[in-house]
Amino acid sequence: MQGSESTWEAVIGLETHVQLGTDSKIFTSASTAFGDQPNTHIDPVVCGLPGTLPVLNQKVLEYAVKAAMALNLKIAEHSKFDRKQYFYPDLPKNYQISQYDEPIAEDGWIDVEVAEKGKDTYVKKIGIERLHMEEDAGKLVHAGSDRLAGSTHSLVDYNRAGVALAEIVSKPDLRTGREAAEYASEIRRIMRYLGVSDGNMQEGSLRCDVNISVRRGPEEPFGTKVEIKNMNSFSAIQKACEYEIKRQIKAYEQGEAVVQETRLWDEGKQTTKSMRSKEGSSDYRYFPDPDLGPIEVNAELRDRWRAALPELPASKRKRYVEDFGLSAYDARVLTDELAMASYFEAVVAAGSDVKSASNWITGDLAAYINANKLSFAELVFSPKDLAEMIQMIIKGQISGKIAKEILPELLANGGSPKKLVETKGLGMISDTKEITLIVEELLKSHPDEVQAFRGGKKKLLGFFVGQLMKKTGGKADPKLANQILNKKLNQ
Amino acid sequence: MAIAEWRKQLELGEVSARELVDQKLSRIAEVENSLHAFLVVTADRARAEADRIDEARAAGEVLPPLAGIPLAIKDNLCTKGVKTTCSSRMLKNFVPPYESTVTERLWKSGAVLLGKTNLDEFAMGSSTETSAFGATSNPWNLKMVPGGSSGGSAAAVASGECLASLGSDTGGSIRQPASFCGVVGLKPTYGRVSRWGLVAFASSLDQVGPFANTVADAAEVLQVIAGADHRDSTCLEAPVPNYIEALSQPVTGLRIGLIKECFDQQGLSSAVKDSVMNAASHLQKLGIELVEVSCPRFNDGIATYYVIAPSEASANLARYDGVKYGYRSEDKDSLLSMTARSRAEGFGSEVQRRILIGTYALSAGYVDAYYKKAQQVRTLIRRDFDNAFQKVDLLLTPTSPSTAFASGAHLNDPLSMYISDLLTIPANLAGLPAISLPCGFDEKGLPIGVQLIANVLDESRLLQVSHQYEQTAKVMSRRPSAELIP
Repeated sequence: MQGSESTWEAVIGLETHVQLGTDSKIFTSASTAFGDQPNTHIDPVVCGLPGTLPVLNQKVLEYAVKAAMALNLKIAEHSKFDRKQYFYPDLPKNYQISQYDEPIAEDGWIDVEVAEKGKDTYVKKIGIERLHMEEDAGKLVHAGSDRLAGSTHSLVDYNRAGVALAEIVSKPDLRTGREAAEYASEIRRIMRYLGVSDGNMQEGSLRCDVNISVRRGPEEPFGTKVEIKNMNSFSAIQKACEYEIKRQIKAYEQGEAVVQETRLWDEGKQTTKSMRSKEGSSDYRYFPDPDLGPIEVNAELRDRWRAALPELPASKRKRYVEDFGLSAYDARVLTDELAMASYFEAVVAAGSDVKSASNWITGDLAAYINANKLSFAELVFSPKDLAEMIQMIIKGQISGKIAKEILPELLANGGSPKKLVETKGLGMISDTKEITLIVEELLKSHPDEVQAFRGGKKKLLGFFVGQLMKKTGGKADPKLANQILNKKLNQ
Repeated sequence: MAIAEWRKQLELGEVSARELVDQKLSRIAEVENSLHAFLVVTADRARAEADRIDEARAAGEVLPPLAGIPLAIKDNLCTKGVKTTCSSRMLKNFVPPYESTVTERLWKSGAVLLGKTNLDEFAMGSSTETSAFGATSNPWNLKMVPGGSSGGSAAAVASGECLASLGSDTGGSIRQPASFCGVVGLKPTYGRVSRWGLVAFASSLDQVGPFANTVADAAEVLQVIAGADHRDSTCLEAPVPNYIEALSQPVTGLRIGLIKECFDQQGLSSAVKDSVMNAASHLQKLGIELVEVSCPRFNDGIATYYVIAPSEASANLARYDGVKYGYRSEDKDSLLSMTARSRAEGFGSEVQRRILIGTYALSAGYVDAYYKKAQQVRTLIRRDFDNAFQKVDLLLTPTSPSTAFASGAHLNDPLSMYISDLLTIPANLAGLPAISLPCGFDEKGLPIGVQLIANVLDESRLLQVSHQYEQTAKVMSRRPSAELIP
């Protein structure tokens, strides 16, 4: 089978840069706000002016350690910062303060659920090599042309320079584009659960670089590694990997070499293209930064931060399936965002039926949240009130149809569904006497149809049901209405 | 006259702050042409500040300890709104938008800025000859160098242009010029004084300290500048003792170690050796016990230093690329050539030499043999000191193997220039406080300095012994006279 695509195996590792969402930068009090006028969030430290010194923002350390704990990494008691040296105008000091050989955390893993249309969903344990802290660089804006190639000059914006990053390096445990996308998505989900990053890929607060090679089978040595950058979504990660796997296999099968290089994902053309070759590895002349002392995380701090970790998505997914009896799919949807999961749990805690809660939340409520660009945390319709509404349906106090009718008002203004139903007089008519009276009146006013029904036109039952609902404004208990209609018509 | 006496006169109204400043400004006007200790004299600012102090005093305000005391500041310490050049073409027009911690503390204590003093470019040198803006002369003999890199600050104090000054010391840049100019120069414990606003040369070695006419004056300045600073992670939290009170504490029974390896130096001049041995004998008369100690790795200091300091410097000076501030070459061919030309044109040859050495020492394939090895030797040197301080309270060495050398003598021979810091470098590598005191003159009438080194944070002991030596040995009966300066 040698040479056929089915025996080829891809080996993929991800380097994920997560911007830690502290208000101020990693080594100074300048703001980290995104999207403002260029060079408005800078200070002498950010610009690397002579005589300035970095001082570690303790919140950055806390966020990095919490992130590392959530990724099951071992936290180093002592670590340090190093200077990574290279000249580029977006790097104010021409060295980046990073961590080289003693990162804050090493050797962890996460469970990633891999779900793809038409394939079995499975959970895969992905190893994580390390997590380290570093400062982000600024941005170059090339001017005088739409493209770098024709530009006459470049402008530098240091707003992003010095924003704290956690770089998370996976082990080369990923085998498909889908796995890579699911892994990245799980990293983002975890960071958002922890509240240490918003993980916004469009704004660059989560950036993934892919390292990818192919080999003829699991026992074969690794092939030549190619790095891919510039993917702005999880689907782009998946597609870039899939494209690159095909490209590399084709190259090998045609007897060509795969060059060690960095390639860029072109979202428009859906291809990767060569950016620069990496033949000689760059010499960054790392050495310990003498301006920053050793980073110490003592047991007391570790315990305090560990105790403050929330339940993580993988654990929630498991619990929703095992304890709540939900499907893997529902569990996945409900736990995608912590705010949604928390809302769901609060509805269940308020006494609601689990399946109904899941249906309402992932259906109508999620649609409303998406349409209005809200978060479940901002919803004025409280979990308690949703639970109340679900109870009313189950008890037959309102129909599902009425519930859907009153929902927009509840979502917009909040408040008790019971009260709203009372004010609007929308409660279901489930009183036998009352319905009987209405039915008798209805039959009286439609003698011809009654006669036709009794003469065998049984289809006319639908007509009577419709008339009854029209008369009651949809409030008649449908089961009861059918019963009584049948009884009276067949008398 | 010492700072304490000036303070008394100012308090009694015998002299006004304005008169004192004017006196110093006229001294500057008198000698600067031949001395060139200053890069800029901030006369207007000094007069205005002195007037403000006089008014405050007249209004009955309680004034801080250095109120009206005119000082000079080495031009690698950032002064808000006042050019800070590091004697480099690269920063010729750089005006910092912030104040260094040490100067901020001095101004809060009422001190008056007279001007910024000359130095070797980016503090790299031992003669103040690598300044891009011209050399400084030694007030004792204008044909001689004042030492370096803080030569301007040393010469300014020695010539009476200011009452005291600040310098920085990475491998001896305070103590060696203090020795060459016959003044007191103190390098505090690494971390005793904040480095915020000190333009970095070698971050793990740099430390700011005072030059003064007397040990007591040095203590006055240290008292103000020392102490924790949240803007510098390497600054120590330890409380600052009262250095002035410590001066008069008894010294009887203390033990001072004479580092054997220092006195065996080939290049050690006999005048220096004799003078320093005399100083040691004098200390013995004060009831101090002299002990010979060995620091076997002491002489490896210079080789270690010339790997570590340039390595750190190569990174610290990478920021000067012509992009954000400082000198930019006219070369616009490409980003690379703009940066390369800016650095080639903006830095002098000594700075470029050290950047090259440091870049080499940190390069892949060499980092283990040079940078990492040097760090290991640094640990051994520190251990030697630890062992010595098990036995003695202070260590004694000459400050420099020679007295001031002639201008140009070593300019084209970097290695012979580097030897000048042989005896001062180990204290930087170990982070220890050390002081240079005048202890005599050579046959040419040039001052000689003796160095005392103390254990970490033991500045009090250092100042106490130095003060009592100074007060009883009275070697500084002479001053560089105005006549010496044509």
